[in-house]
Amino acid sequence: MSDSASAFIQRLSRLVPQRNGLHPVWLKGLRRAAFQWVSERGFPTPKDEAWKYTSVGPILKVPFESASPEKIRRLSTWAIDQFAGDFGGERLVFVNGYFAPGLLSPKKLPKGVKVTSLASVLVEEAEVLEPLLSHPFREQPHAFTALNTALAEDGAFVQIPANTTIEEPIHLVFVSSAGGSPLVSHPRSLVLAGAGSRAVIVETHIGLAGNVYLTNAVTEVVLDEGAVVEHYKVQSESEAAFHIALLDVRQGRGSCFASHSVALGSSIARHEVKVRLQAEGAEVTLDGLYMPRREQHLDNPTTIEHAAPHCTSRELYKGVVDGRGRGVFDGRIVVHPGALKTDASQTNKNLLLSESAQVDTRPRLEILADDVKCAHGAAVGQLDEDAVFYLRSRGVPRQAARGMLTYAFVSEMLGRLRVETLRSRVEKMVASRLAESGVEVLA
Amino acid sequence: MLQIKNLHAKVGDNEILQGVNLELKAGEMHAIMGPNGSGKSTLAQVLAGRETYNVTGEVLYEGKDLLAMSPEERAVAGVFLAFQYPVEIPGVGNLYFMRTALNAIRKQRGLDELDAIDFLDLAKEKMKLVEMDQSFMSRSVNEGFSGGEKKRNEILQMAVLEPKLAILDETDSGLDIDALRVVAHGVNALRRKDRAMLVITHYQRLLDYIVPDRVHVIANGRIVRSGGKDLAVELEKYGYVGLEQHASARSIAVP
Repeated sequence: MSDSASAFIQRLSRLVPQRNGLHPVWLKGLRRAAFQWVSERGFPTPKDEAWKYTSVGPILKVPFESASPEKIRRLSTWAIDQFAGDFGGERLVFVNGYFAPGLLSPKKLPKGVKVTSLASVLVEEAEVLEPLLSHPFREQPHAFTALNTALAEDGAFVQIPANTTIEEPIHLVFVSSAGGSPLVSHPRSLVLAGAGSRAVIVETHIGLAGNVYLTNAVTEVVLDEGAVVEHYKVQSESEAAFHIALLDVRQGRGSCFASHSVALGSSIARHEVKVRLQAEGAEVTLDGLYMPRREQHLDNPTTIEHAAPHCTSRELYKGVVDGRGRGVFDGRIVVHPGALKTDASQTNKNLLLSESAQVDTRPRLEILADDVKCAHGAAVGQLDEDAVFYLRSRGVPRQAARGMLTYAFVSEMLGRLRVETLRSRVEKMVASRLAESGVEVLA
Repeated sequence: MLQIKNLHAKVGDNEILQGVNLELKAGEMHAIMGPNGSGKSTLAQVLAGRETYNVTGEVLYEGKDLLAMSPEERAVAGVFLAFQYPVEIPGVGNLYFMRTALNAIRKQRGLDELDAIDFLDLAKEKMKLVEMDQSFMSRSVNEGFSGGEKKRNEILQMAVLEPKLAILDETDSGLDIDALRVVAHGVNALRRKDRAMLVITHYQRLLDYIVPDRVHVIANGRIVRSGGKDLAVELEKYGYVGLEQHASARSIAVP
C-alpha cells in the first residue's frame, strides 16, 4: 500500500472506536471487519478493471478528517430551498452525513410510511438492518464501500409499507460544509419499498464552491414484488470536492426501478449504480447525464445483473465534455445462466466540446444464457459542423447555434426527468453550465 | 444588388471556381445551369459563407463586401440559401428554429421579436404557400422528412425570413412532379420587385415552372454562356456537351 493510502486509513482509524457506543454487537463486528478489509487490501489502482479510468491518488493525498455531528454548521431552510430545491414532498437534510432535525420540512405521509434518519433506526430496531447494512460490503466490496460500512453512522431511512403510494418526491439533501479542515462524510441510506408500493426519491449532493471534502455515500434500494421506485440523483458538489457513491438496487418480481443521474460537480466523482434483477419480470431503466469541464473527472460505472428470466433493462447515458474534462462510462451487463428472455439495451453517447476533452466508454456484456436480446452502442463525437452552418446561414450566431445543438443533445435526457419541478431546476443548471462553457442557450 | 467579380474558390489544391463574374439586380431572377462538378453548388455555398473554401475575388452585396461577412451577418443582411441537402437537426424543434432565425433578422432590422404565439400565426399563413400542415412545426428540423418535405421546408423558411437575395440550390432535385409544382408555386409567389433570386439547377424542367430573366451556363468553374430564357431551351436540345461544342464552334465562326 502507498504511504498516502496508509496515512489516509490511519487518520480515519482514530474514529472507529467512537462510533460503537450505543450500537449492537453485530454492527461493531461488521465495522471492524470492514475496516480490517481496507487496512489489508488498500485502495483500488488502475489495475483494478472497475477503476481502470479513475485514479484515487488525488483523493488519498488530502489530509481528510472524519466529519462528526458536532461540526454541523448553521444553515437555514431558505438556503436549502435555494441550493437544493423544493420538490413539494418531505425533505430531509444531512449536514456532513448527519441528519439535521432543525432543517426537516415534514409533509403528511401515508400511514405506516417511515422517513427518518438511519441513526434513530439503528438504536430502535437494529436486528432487521443487519442483512441490509452488510450487503454492499459482503458483495464485491471496494475500499470506499468498506469505509462507508465501517464509518457510516447516519443517512436516510425510508420504509414504505405494501401497496402504499407516496405522491410527492422524498428529497434527501446532503450538504457538505467543510469549514476549516477537509472532511470526509459517509452517508448511508436505505430505501425499502414494500410489495406494490410506489415512491420517488431525490438525492441532492451540494457543497460550498471551492470547499475540499469527500462524500463517500452508499444508498441501498430494495424493491419487493411489484414495487415502483424512481431514484433521482443530482450531484452538484463543489468543483474542488470528491464524490464517491454507490447506488445498490435489488429488485423483486415484477418490480420497476428507474435511476436518473445528473453529474455536474466534483473534481473527481464516481457514481456507481448496481442493479440486481433477482426475480422474474423485473424492469429497470438507468439514465445518466454527465458534464465534466475544466479538469473535472466524472466516472459512471453501472452494472446490471439479469439473474432471473423475463427481465428488461434499458440504459441511456450521455456525456457533454468541455475543457480538459474527462468523462467515463463503464456499463456492464451480466446475464446469468437461466435468465432466459432477457431483454437488455444500453446506449452511451458523448459530445466533445473542446480539443482536449476526453471520454472513455466501455460496454461490457457478459452473456451466460441462451435466448436473450442484448443490444448496445456507444458514440463519441463533436458538434455537426453542417448543422452549425445551416443554423448560421439562417441568422443564428455561431455561439447560439452551438448552444442550440448542444442543448438539443442534452434535452433528450432532461425530457426524461419526470418530476417537473426537478426538471426545470436541472434545465436551468444545465443551461447556466453551458453558458459558462461559452455555449449560449436561448430561452 | 449582387456583383460577383472574378470569384475563385479552392479546397486544398482543387480550384472549383475559376473566375466567376455575374451581376444580379433587384427584382431579377437568374438561373445558373451546369453539369455535375461544374461548381454551381460551390458558388451557392460560397455566397452563403461556407468556411471550408479558400475564396478570392470580390462579391458586392448592396455595395458591401459580402466575403468579409460571417454566414449569420449575411443572413441578417438578407441573404438566404435554400440548401440542396437540408440538414437534419434532432432535438431542435422546427418552430423554435424558425422563430429564432426570424427574431435574429428582426432584431437586425430594428423590429420587435415575435413571441411563440405571434410567430405561429405568421407561420400558419406561410405554410399554406407550400402546402405544409402544422405537424411539421412540432417536429425536429428536417428529421425524418422526405426529400420533398425538406425542400418545401426550405421554401417555407424563405417565405418566413423574407430575404432580399435568395439563392436556391437545386431546389428541384429529387422532387416528383407534384412536389416540383408546389415548390415552384412557392418560389413564384415570393418573386418581388425588391428581391433578387439566383436559381441553381441541373435540369431545364424547373424552368418550365419558373421563368428566369437570364440564364447562365457554368462549366469548369466559369460562366461559359449567358443569355435569355431561350438558352435553357437550347441547352435542353443540345445537352451540356453539345452546347459547349456549339458555343466553341460559334466563337470560332465569329471572328
